[in-house]
Amino acid sequence: MTSTIAILALFLPLAGAAAAMPAARLFGARAAEIAASASVALAAILSVMLFMRTNFGGETADIHLMTWIAMEGFSVSWGIQLDALTGLMFFTVSFVSAVVHIYSIGYMHEDPSRPRFFAYLSLFTFMMLLLVAAPNFLQLFVGWEGVGLASYLLIGFWHQRSAPNDAAIKAFVVNRVGDAGLLLGMAAIVMIFGTLDYDAVFQAVPRMGDQTIALPGGMEVGALNLIGCLLLVGAMGKSAQFLLHTWLPDAMEGPTPVSALIHAATMVTAGVFLIARAAPLYEYAPQAALATALVGGATAFFAASAALVQNDIKRVIAWSTCSQLGYMFAALGLGLYQAALFHLFTHAFFKALLFLGAGSVIHALHDEQDMRRMGGLFKTLPLTWTAMLIGSLSLTGFPLTAGYFSKDAIIEAAAVSSVGTAPLIFALLIAAAIGTAFYSWRLIFMTFHGDYRGDAEILRNAHESPPVMLIPLGLLALGAIFAGGVFAPAFLGDGAEHFWGGAFALRADNKMVEAIHDVPLLIKLTPLAAMVLGFAAALYLWRRPGSANRLARQHVLLYRFLLHKWYFDEIYDRLFARGAYGIGRIFQQRGEGLIDGIGPDGMARRVLQMTRGAVKLQSGYLYHYAFLMIVGLVALMSWILLRA
Amino acid sequence: MTELSLTEQLALFLPELLLALGAMALLMLGVFQREESGRRIANLAIALTLLALLSALTLPTERAEIFGGSFVIDSFAITMKALALIGVAAALLIGRAFSETQRVGRFEYPILILLSAVGILLMISANDLIALYIGIETQSLALYVLAAWHRDSVKSSEAGLKYFILGALSSGILLYGCSMIYGFGGGIGFAEIAAAPPSAGLTIGCVFALSGLAFKISAVPFHMWTPDVYEGAPTPVALFLASAPKVAALALIARFTLEALPPHAGGEDILTILAIGSMILGAVAAIGQANLKRLLAYSAIGHMGYALIGLIAGGEEGLIALVVYAGIYLLTIIGVFCSLMALRAETRAPQNIEELTGLSQTQPAMAFLLAALLFSLAGIPPLAGFFGKFYVFLSAIEQGFVWLAVIGVVASVIASYYYLRIIKLMYFDDPDISLRMELSPSSRFVLYASGVFALGFILAPRLLSEPAAWAARGLLGLP
Repeated sequence: MTSTIAILALFLPLAGAAAAMPAARLFGARAAEIAASASVALAAILSVMLFMRTNFGGETADIHLMTWIAMEGFSVSWGIQLDALTGLMFFTVSFVSAVVHIYSIGYMHEDPSRPRFFAYLSLFTFMMLLLVAAPNFLQLFVGWEGVGLASYLLIGFWHQRSAPNDAAIKAFVVNRVGDAGLLLGMAAIVMIFGTLDYDAVFQAVPRMGDQTIALPGGMEVGALNLIGCLLLVGAMGKSAQFLLHTWLPDAMEGPTPVSALIHAATMVTAGVFLIARAAPLYEYAPQAALATALVGGATAFFAASAALVQNDIKRVIAWSTCSQLGYMFAALGLGLYQAALFHLFTHAFFKALLFLGAGSVIHALHDEQDMRRMGGLFKTLPLTWTAMLIGSLSLTGFPLTAGYFSKDAIIEAAAVSSVGTAPLIFALLIAAAIGTAFYSWRLIFMTFHGDYRGDAEILRNAHESPPVMLIPLGLLALGAIFAGGVFAPAFLGDGAEHFWGGAFALRADNKMVEAIHDVPLLIKLTPLAAMVLGFAAALYLWRRPGSANRLARQHVLLYRFLLHKWYFDEIYDRLFARGAYGIGRIFQQRGEGLIDGIGPDGMARRVLQMTRGAVKLQSGYLYHYAFLMIVGLVALMSWILLRA
Repeated sequence: MTELSLTEQLALFLPELLLALGAMALLMLGVFQREESGRRIANLAIALTLLALLSALTLPTERAEIFGGSFVIDSFAITMKALALIGVAAALLIGRAFSETQRVGRFEYPILILLSAVGILLMISANDLIALYIGIETQSLALYVLAAWHRDSVKSSEAGLKYFILGALSSGILLYGCSMIYGFGGGIGFAEIAAAPPSAGLTIGCVFALSGLAFKISAVPFHMWTPDVYEGAPTPVALFLASAPKVAALALIARFTLEALPPHAGGEDILTILAIGSMILGAVAAIGQANLKRLLAYSAIGHMGYALIGLIAGGEEGLIALVVYAGIYLLTIIGVFCSLMALRAETRAPQNIEELTGLSQTQPAMAFLLAALLFSLAGIPPLAGFFGKFYVFLSAIEQGFVWLAVIGVVASVIASYYYLRIIKLMYFDDPDISLRMELSPSSRFVLYASGVFALGFILAPRLLSEPAAWAARGLLGLP
C-alpha cells in the first residue's frame, strides 16, 4: 500500500507533464492547466499520506522499480528509498508544487504559451521527487540534472526577451560548476566504496575513516573529507551558496510562480537534502562538515547584507532565500541535520508565501517590480498585505511563527557547538538575523505603506488578485504560522527519535539535539533582540524620509559595495566570462588554422586536394595510363625485392 | 583422387560447354536470320545463361580436377560461378531492353556477352597458368568489342581502344610473369608452383602475374582504364564490366594467391598495397567526378579494395567475407546501373550527377530505390552493403589487421560523401528538368530484385553467408 502510494506520487507529475501539451492541443489551454494541476495536487494528497506513514507511522520501504546498470561487481537501480527524509521531502515538494500550480492558473492566465509552462512545472516536480526518492547517488544525479534542466527552461520561459535567456544560461553554467563537484564526488565514492547505493556506502563509512586518495601532485587526502568537500561543491551550486550564488538573483527573470517553487521552496534545497542524506558520511568527515558550516555562515551574512539595499522586490526575496539557505548549511555543518531540514520545511512555506505575495503585487501593478515605484498598497491589496506580513514575520523569526522555531534552533546550535569556529558562525548568523529583519520590514514599508510613488493610471486599475491566487496564499500562510509550532516537537523535541526513525545514522557522540534544549536564556534571547534591532532600524529610516539616502551618501563606498552584491558578478565577469570569451575569440579568429584547420575543414580540404590530384592523374592520355601501370609494377617489385 | 573418365570430366564442364556451344549456335542463327532475330537471340541467350546457372548449381560439391588438372571444380568455384552468372543474366536482361530502345539492336550483343561469360567461368575454375590465361583472354576479348559497341560514338570507340591497348599491356605483364614462374618454378599447375623452391625469379614472376590480374579488378595502380571505359562504354556494357568479370577476377586472384603463390613471393604485401591504394583512391577520386558512370567506376575501384581485405585477412572468416562482399557488391551495383538506364532526360539517359537533382519529386519510387542502393554501397546499416563491410572489417580485426580495418573505415567515411551527395541532390534540391522513366518489365525485375536485396538482406543474411561459408571451406580444403 505504502509502495503504491509512493509510486503514484512519484509518477503522477510526470503523467501531468506528458499530458499537458497534448491536452492543450485537443481541448485548449485550460485542459493543460487542469491536467497538470490535478495530477500534482493528487500527488500532494498522496504525499501527505506518505508523510504520515513514514514520519509518524515509522514505515520504511525499499522499492525497486527497474535495474538500470548491471555490470560485474557494480549495479545501479531505479527505485524509491522510502524513509523519514524522503517522506518529508515528498510532502514539502509536492505540497508547495500543488499550491504553485493552482496559483499559476491565475498568474499566467494571459500568457499564450501557458500549456508549455505547466508541462515544465510538472516535469520539474517529477524530477525533484525523483531526486529525493533516489536510493543511490546516480538516480539522485539524474533528478539533480533534471531539475536543473527544468529550472533552465522555466527561467528562460519568456525566451522572447534577452534577460531571461541570459539568466537561464547563467543558472545552467554556474550549476555546471557544482555538478562537476558532485560528479567527482560520485567518482570518488565509486573508487572508495565500489558502489553508489546509499545503504552500502553509509554502512561502510565508519570503516573507511583512514582511507586516503592521492591527488594529482602526490598529495594524500582523507577520502571521506575529500568526498564530503566534493559533494559540498555540488550542493553549493544547486543551493546558491557563497561563491556559486550568482545565478539565483538573476533567476528571478523567470515567472514569479517559478521563483516561488523552484528558486525558493524546492530545487535550491536539493543541496541541503544531499548533505542531509549523506549525513552519515559527514559525521566522519569533520573538515568537510566544518567547510559546510563556514560556507553556510558566510552565505547567510553575505546574502543578507546584499539584500539590504536592493530595490527589486523579487530580488530582495531571492537574496533572502540565499541567506536562509546559508542558515541551513550552517546547521548541516554543525551536525544538527534535523534543524536544517526543519528550517527547509518551514522556509518552504513562508518563502513560497512571500514570493507568491510579491507575485500578487507584481500582477496587480502590471509587472512592476521596482519597490521605489510602489507604496501604500495595503489599502488596495489588503489580503496580499496580510500574506506578506505573515511571511515576513515568519522569516524574521517573530515568536511562535514557523520561522521562529527553526531559525532559533540553528542559531542555538551555533552557540552550543564545540567546533572551534562556532563563535564566528554564531556572530555571522546573528548579524544575518539583524539584516533579515531590516530588509524584510524595508520591503513591507516600501511596498505597502506611505504614499504610492508609481504611475497613477496603474494604481487605478490595480485590484486584489482572484481567488485562484489568494487561496494558495492562504494555505501557505497557515503553514508559515503553524508549521513551526506544530512540528517542532516532532523535528527537534521529544518525538524526534520516532519522527526520524532510522533516516540518519549519526555518530553516537552527536548530541546536538539534546544540547540545544538547554542553552542559556541569554542566548535564547539573542535572535529575538537581533530581530527587534533590525525592525527598529528599518522603522527609523522609514519614519525619517531622506535619512536612508543620506546614509547611503555618507557611506557611498559601502552602499555601492552592497548594491553591487559585493561585486561578485563583475569579478566573475572579468575572471571567467571574459577569459572564456577571449579564448573563444582566439579560436574564432585563428580557428581556421587551429581547430578547423586540423579538424573537419582541414580534413575535408586534404581530401579535396587529394581529389584534385587524383583527377589530374586521370589525364585521358593512353601513354600516361600505361606509364603509370609500369611505374606501379616497378614500385611493387622494388618493395617486394627490397623487403626480402 | 581417381582419374575421371572423359564423360565425367565433360559433365563437370557442363556450364562452360553449354555457354560456348550455345553461343556458337546463336551466332549461326543470327547470321542466317539477320534482321528480325535480335529479340529471339537475346531471349535464347538468357535461357542459356539460366540453364548454365542451373547446371552449375547441380554440379557435385566435392573437389574435382579435370583435363589433366587444368581446371578445378569445388564449392568455391560453384558459388562464384553462380554469382557471376547472375551478373551475366542481369546484363543480358537489361541489354535486351537497352538495344531495343536505343535502336542499336544487333544480335551480336548477347552472343558476345555469352562468350565473355565462358571466359569468366574458365577463370573461376582455372587451376594452372594456361587455363588462367585462356580464361582471361576469352573474357576480355569479347569485352573489348563490347566497350566499343557504339561504333559511331567517339567516346565509345575511345573506350574500346583504351581498354584493348591497356588490356594487351596487362596481358603482356601477366604472360611475362607466367613465363618467369614456369622458368623458375618448373611447372604451370598451381600446386606445382606452390611447392617450388624459393628463388628471386619466381618472386618476380609472381609479382608480374599478380599485377596482370590486378588489372582485371582495376586495383590501383592498374585502374587507370576503368573510369574512361565505364564512361565511354554503353551503360549495359559498363554494368557488365562492373559485375561478373570483377567477381571472376576476385575468385581467380583468391585461388591464385591461396593455391599457387609460394609464401615467400610477398603476395600479402602486394595485395595490401593494392587494397589500400584502391580504397583511398576510390574514395578520393570519386568526389571529383561529375559524370555518373565515372563516379561508379571509382566506386567499383574502392569496392575491390574492400573485397581484397577479406583475402588479406585470410582464413575461413576472411574468405567468407570476400565472397559475401563480392556477392553484395554485384547484386547492388546491378541495381544502380539499372536505375540509371531507366531514367530518361529527353531521349538519352542522364550522364551527370546534377541531372538527378530533385528526382524525389519527379520519380519518388525510383529515387527511393536509388537512394537505398547508394546507401547500401556506402555501407550504411541496415542495408546489405553495411554487412559486406562489416564482415570484411571484422575478419581483418580478428586476424590482427586492425590498421587495415581503420584505413578501410576512414576511406568508407570519405566515400560516403559522394553517395550522400547524390542522395542530397535527389531529395533536398529542386529539379530543373523532369526525368522520365522507361522501364521494361525485365529491367524492372532486375531493379526491384536488387532493391529488395539491398533492403531485405538484413532479414535473411544466411542466404548469402551460408553459401559463402561453404565456398570458403571448399577453397581451403576444410570439411
